[in-house]
Amino acid sequence: MSLATMFKRNSLLDERSTWVTSVVLIVGMLAVVVLHALPSDHAWHLNGSVVSLLGKYLTYMLLALAVDLIWGYLGILSLGHGAFFALGGYAMGLYLTAQDAPLAGWQSAMVHFPVAALGVVLAPGLLALVFGWLAFRSRVTGVYFSIITQALTFALMLAFNRNEMGMGGSTGLTRFDELLSFSLSSEGMTIALFVASGVAVLLAFWGCKAITRSRLGRVCMATRDAEARVRFIGYRVEHVKLAVFVLSAMIAGIAGALYVPQVGIINPSTFAPLFSIEIVVWVALGGRATLYGALLGALLVNYFKTLLTGVMPDAWLFLLGGLFVVVTMFLPQGVAGLMAHLRRRREVTT
Amino acid sequence: MTPTHTMISRLRGKAGSRRVNGLKIAPRRWYCLPVMAVLLVWFALVSPSQADVSPQRAQALLQALDTDDFDAKAEAAQAIAASDAAQKTRWLEAFLDGRLGRERDGERFYIITDDSGREWPIIDAITFEDAGTGSRRSVDAFRINNTLRTQLQGLIASLSLDEGDEATRLDAAKRLIGEVDAQSVDAVATQLDNEESPAVRAEIETALALYRVEQGEGEALATLEGNLDTRVRNSLTTIANSDAPIAADAEKVLAGIENKRAWYERGQTLFFGLSAGSVLVLAAIGLAITFGVMGVINMAHGELIMLGAYTTWMIQQLLPGQPGLALLLAIPGGFLVAGAFGILIERSVIRFLKGRPLETLLATFGISLILQQLVRTVFSPLNRRVNSPDWLQGAWHLNEALSLTLNRLGVLIFCLVVFAALWALMRYTRLGLEVRAVTQNRAMARSMGVRAARVDMLTFGLGAGVAGLAGVALSQITNVGPNLGQSYIVDSFLVVVFGGVGNLWGTLVAGMSLGVINQVLQPWVGAVLAKVIVLIGVILFIQKRPQGLFAPKGRTS
Repeated sequence: MSLATMFKRNSLLDERSTWVTSVVLIVGMLAVVVLHALPSDHAWHLNGSVVSLLGKYLTYMLLALAVDLIWGYLGILSLGHGAFFALGGYAMGLYLTAQDAPLAGWQSAMVHFPVAALGVVLAPGLLALVFGWLAFRSRVTGVYFSIITQALTFALMLAFNRNEMGMGGSTGLTRFDELLSFSLSSEGMTIALFVASGVAVLLAFWGCKAITRSRLGRVCMATRDAEARVRFIGYRVEHVKLAVFVLSAMIAGIAGALYVPQVGIINPSTFAPLFSIEIVVWVALGGRATLYGALLGALLVNYFKTLLTGVMPDAWLFLLGGLFVVVTMFLPQGVAGLMAHLRRRREVTT
Repeated sequence: MTPTHTMISRLRGKAGSRRVNGLKIAPRRWYCLPVMAVLLVWFALVSPSQADVSPQRAQALLQALDTDDFDAKAEAAQAIAASDAAQKTRWLEAFLDGRLGRERDGERFYIITDDSGREWPIIDAITFEDAGTGSRRSVDAFRINNTLRTQLQGLIASLSLDEGDEATRLDAAKRLIGEVDAQSVDAVATQLDNEESPAVRAEIETALALYRVEQGEGEALATLEGNLDTRVRNSLTTIANSDAPIAADAEKVLAGIENKRAWYERGQTLFFGLSAGSVLVLAAIGLAITFGVMGVINMAHGELIMLGAYTTWMIQQLLPGQPGLALLLAIPGGFLVAGAFGILIERSVIRFLKGRPLETLLATFGISLILQQLVRTVFSPLNRRVNSPDWLQGAWHLNEALSLTLNRLGVLIFCLVVFAALWALMRYTRLGLEVRAVTQNRAMARSMGVRAARVDMLTFGLGAGVAGLAGVALSQITNVGPNLGQSYIVDSFLVVVFGGVGNLWGTLVAGMSLGVINQVLQPWVGAVLAKVIVLIGVILFIQKRPQGLFAPKGRTS
């Protein structure tokens, strides 16, 4: 086997969608950086707030990736992924708050960046580990799993709303000043956070792609399609599910940690069941089990959300609700499925 | 004192300590009777219960109050209470409120009927005739201090015991507890002898016993055993903590009272828990039907509840001033509105998503968002208040420690009625039979000629209609707003899953137990944490027993 074919066979980039997505992401990121660097009176100049907004979209895309990994490839619909996102966000929020004023108790350790960074992945990871272990071990699947994940995030929302939690109560954590001793309000920081989010999305995209193409990924898809058979063949389905679920939660946590400094606040509303279920609709609209569909969906829905809530806030919920119905009834494969369908039709006709 | 009044008093049999002032009653002869009768009618018509003491006597009684010495005032008040003046209760009440006074440059006494503002409307204290207006400058109100105030309250309470119907006397007797003192104890004891109503007697006995216990009489403690009155408890606590010889006995009685109280408080918690649970059951039972029969997760269920609540509000707007009728009409109204929406959702969306539960979940969630926004746009994002009819307001006081709020009691009863009706529907009707058949084995039911699609539609309509009923009930205990449904949806899913899918009894037991557990936890950890603990508890329970409390019968593949 020649090196070239080996590279081709094992490369992540041999699927067209993967390299197109990677190129689009990289070019898009570079374009934003360049446009931001233009003099501020230039017609094409992007100001800091737009870059922050795009950075926020990137963190949402990362979150959508995490949901697609378990919903698309493992068939687990989590209606509580916002909880992992929020936990990562709170870990980051504690770090940022600790820069201003020392915190009490165990939270005082969060003043060190490495500890906080560990917290960002460990807090959601541990929750997912415990919760997933309990759920998968007793074979809670399907809608039951969805409902208890929703109950989980609902319970966490109630808990974080309490002032006794030491997490700022219903106001949450806000008024951050600096990150790694750089001011958060500086232009440089804005662009750095944007690039960091973009790189995180890119790395996570490649990582998830690698997983789905690996042996683990094959087992995942087999589990999604016929769990009992996979179990009879001899795979420990629970372990597979648990590993991927925890990984997905950690990605969501990282997304949350990148989200907080760009938005400047984290509060219990991130735990709200509505937010978690919105993530699911991003993925559904983009197309499940494609990964790039999740990225596309998150970007599209949030772009329209920003657009509409500014112009006619009342219409947004109508549109979002309609989106749920239309996508599930008429676009079960999402936009990605629609594009694939159109491409096939073109190939047939030509 | 006129003979007529003496007679009336004797006939009523509730005379206090009374003295006949200088008037001799004629010896009774046979011809007296018609004369008396005529006189009686004449008095009843002409002078209703006034001037039974001479104006001079009344003047003297009031004159005694006009002093700066509070002890003398106290004696004067005692004298008034002991007198036969018909106005005495009114005098004492006015005195208590600081509305009894004397003309500054004269001898007339006035009662100020309304002492707000600068010019007060006043009436003559003896004749009760209108005396125009007075002010701070023309009328000197008698001053009063706290000791006197306490004493007056006791006096007025014992006076009210003489008068009025049973409810008034009971109220007066209750006020007497803790107010009995050395001067009034004999009067109260006399009243006890004259009292016939057992309820009033019990209260007076308590009042007397409490006085005697406070005086150190150990025997009286027996009467106070198991008494739930707060004043009794406070006094006993004081005595038990003192070094009085009866302290130990008092402590024993007190322990008994505390024990009894604790039981009633548990009863109260149970009631609150059951009423909260009945709300959960109402919200969840429609869900249990649709989920059990069709395997459909209806995330718009909460919004169907909301529609039921808004229907109640609408009907109440159409029928102003008749909240009772509106509520009764809202029961079928809410059922029909929510049921119609449910059938619409089933026909237009859910039917096409058969066998794809996760997609159904998402689509119905979308519908819930649309319905929420619809209500926000059509009505308002603000909460609406639905009025309760009179018969659902207030509380039913069983005793001092246990009172049941009527609206919550109503919801509890309503929940049980709805549950019974649904159960009977499932058990005894053709539709119920078909529903059960489809739940147990859809393919087999279809091959037996059951039109499963029609059953689906009707079941969904039924489940939605019950959600509407839940909304009607909820409108009586909380405000109606666009977010009403959302706050119940997570809880109701937990109830359904906890109780076992497709099982009505399971839903009932699960809802009630979640409500009670929540209520029991609340005093220890607070409302929010109690809810969190219950949620986590149910999550753990589902891990242990995924099929719920009651496993569904039949094949659920």
